[in-house]
Amino acid sequence: MRFSKEHEWVEVSGEVAAVGVTAYAAGQLGDVVFVELPELGKTVKAGEPLAVVESVKAASDVYAPVSGEVVEVNAGLPDAPETVNASPERDGWMVKLRLANPAEAEGLMDRAAYEQFLSTL
Amino acid sequence: MNMLNVGRVTRSELAADAPSEAHGIVHDEPLIFELGGWEKTGVDLPDPELDAGDLAGLLRQAPIGLPGLSEPETLRHYVRLSQKNHAIDLAMYPLGSCTMKHNPRLNEKIARLPGFADLHPMQPVSTVQGALAVMDLLAHWLKTLTGLPAVALSPKAGAHGELCGLLAIRAAHEARGDARRKVLVPSSAHGTNPATAALAGYQVEEIAQTPNGRVDLADLAAKLGPEAAAVMVTNPNTCGLFERDVLEIARLTHEAGAYFYCDGANFNAIVGRVRPGDLGVDAMHINLHKTFSTPHGGGGPGAGPVVLSQALAPYAPTPWVVSGAAGFDLVEERRGEAASAFGRLCAFHGQMGMYVRALTYMMSHGADGLRQVADDAVLSANYVKARLSEAMTAAFPDGPCMHEALFDDRWLEGTGVTTLDIAKALIDQGFHPMTMYFPLVVHGAMLIEPTETEPKREIDRFCDALLDLAAAAKAGETAKFKGAPFKAPLRRLDETAAARKPRLRWTP
Repeated sequence: MRFSKEHEWVEVSGEVAAVGVTAYAAGQLGDVVFVELPELGKTVKAGEPLAVVESVKAASDVYAPVSGEVVEVNAGLPDAPETVNASPERDGWMVKLRLANPAEAEGLMDRAAYEQFLSTL
Repeated sequence: MNMLNVGRVTRSELAADAPSEAHGIVHDEPLIFELGGWEKTGVDLPDPELDAGDLAGLLRQAPIGLPGLSEPETLRHYVRLSQKNHAIDLAMYPLGSCTMKHNPRLNEKIARLPGFADLHPMQPVSTVQGALAVMDLLAHWLKTLTGLPAVALSPKAGAHGELCGLLAIRAAHEARGDARRKVLVPSSAHGTNPATAALAGYQVEEIAQTPNGRVDLADLAAKLGPEAAAVMVTNPNTCGLFERDVLEIARLTHEAGAYFYCDGANFNAIVGRVRPGDLGVDAMHINLHKTFSTPHGGGGPGAGPVVLSQALAPYAPTPWVVSGAAGFDLVEERRGEAASAFGRLCAFHGQMGMYVRALTYMMSHGADGLRQVADDAVLSANYVKARLSEAMTAAFPDGPCMHEALFDDRWLEGTGVTTLDIAKALIDQGFHPMTMYFPLVVHGAMLIEPTETEPKREIDRFCDALLDLAAAAKAGETAKFKGAPFKAPLRRLDETAAARKPRLRWTP
């Protein structure tokens, strides 16, 4: 699993990568009450808004940590947004992207580097 | 001598010792539909002299289910409901970015004059000359105070005004055959700014903020270009800081062929001191309920007039008031001088009751009084900032703030108490909480706006209450916070359930 500075995670499996928000992000957001996922087939570049999560505190964009095409979304999430808090890094996955450039994910942080990054915040 | 009165206690000795702390609110009030049923009625209406045959079978067969309550029952219900809520008429309401200032009763008196209150928007203009004169004079004051040549009065709220401004900007670009794609908005903006840009058909791009809480000029310059239609900046911004580089923001914006939209929500901090037109602003909405003291909501729609620069004036929505030899008239149709108007924003001319109140406020203050509004609003906020900085951490400690003081939650580190807990505990102290978790660029933000209408004694009472809470939080008295509020009709609400599973309709 790789992590972005914007607190998204990516898990690459072949040419497809699952994307979600990190446990740290879920904790900072507070209780998530709304999730908006992109349409299938949408293509995004790394750094562009991919999804929206709304908590009791604020609405936030989830940025695409890598570029690609949306090939699957976690369809149950909008009806059960609490999953983002309960299991942010597994059941709370949001989108699966077909990677445009597999090398991009390698440029992201590994868990140790991400935890090091969190300790600086 | 009436011996029955002799020896009557006229002053309770106990009263002097009673604690002066705020009292909780105790009424648990049902809905009006639960109080009264349809089977009885509180008013005596004559039987209708109507031939049911005229209704062609549309005569209602079942009772309509209105609650049958008498006048005192109805009155008590609504008075009790009003006591369940906090109001500016009860105590300070320091909700940052919302400018909860006193609504002078003179405004209400004037708005209730029958010549204003009993008008109908479809009356012939010859019978509403006084009302049109009010609109014309209000327009004159707004243009004079902002230094901009045109104003659209009809938008019904700040966000509606933003939409008006952006539609004028879009119309101006399209008239040149230069349709553009994106609108730039700083990260500290009111949420309505990006929402408005999206509603007007634009993509939103965020401008970064500098460590001192202002627009990052380098980032703005990098993002401006042939696709940028407008830049939306709030000044003073939501951190309560004046955008000192505003002239440079305007220059860069215009150089790129874009328009400068200013969110005028915080105009109360600079009214009478700074004219936005002099800063290069092309369009700005003015929340009459903030700067010019009309009630929030106003018992119906409010009013958010938009002032426009010379470049945007031709695209202003209809209608507007003009004066001629025959008196005042309304320009309603998109022809002649209004040929390039982008359309209209509401069925009639806007919210007359708010126009009367705002103009009353302006005229009763005068130019010098309005200048003092800005001075006192800024002075009050800086006093709050100075007093609370003893115990709390100001988000931008260097230099003065404008009309609101912004704190972050560094001072709560290690206490186990959060911004939300402080807000809830303030309710027990008899105050409305400050704005919390906004602006988003500051962690655990607490945004306090005392406004110019709070006397020093009330501001001190508020600061004392907050400093007491700060001391309690630092002393580890977490029980005081985690269960708060203790003295409200409802305790800590489950905001998550309220958002995830809202019950929006009453069911018997």
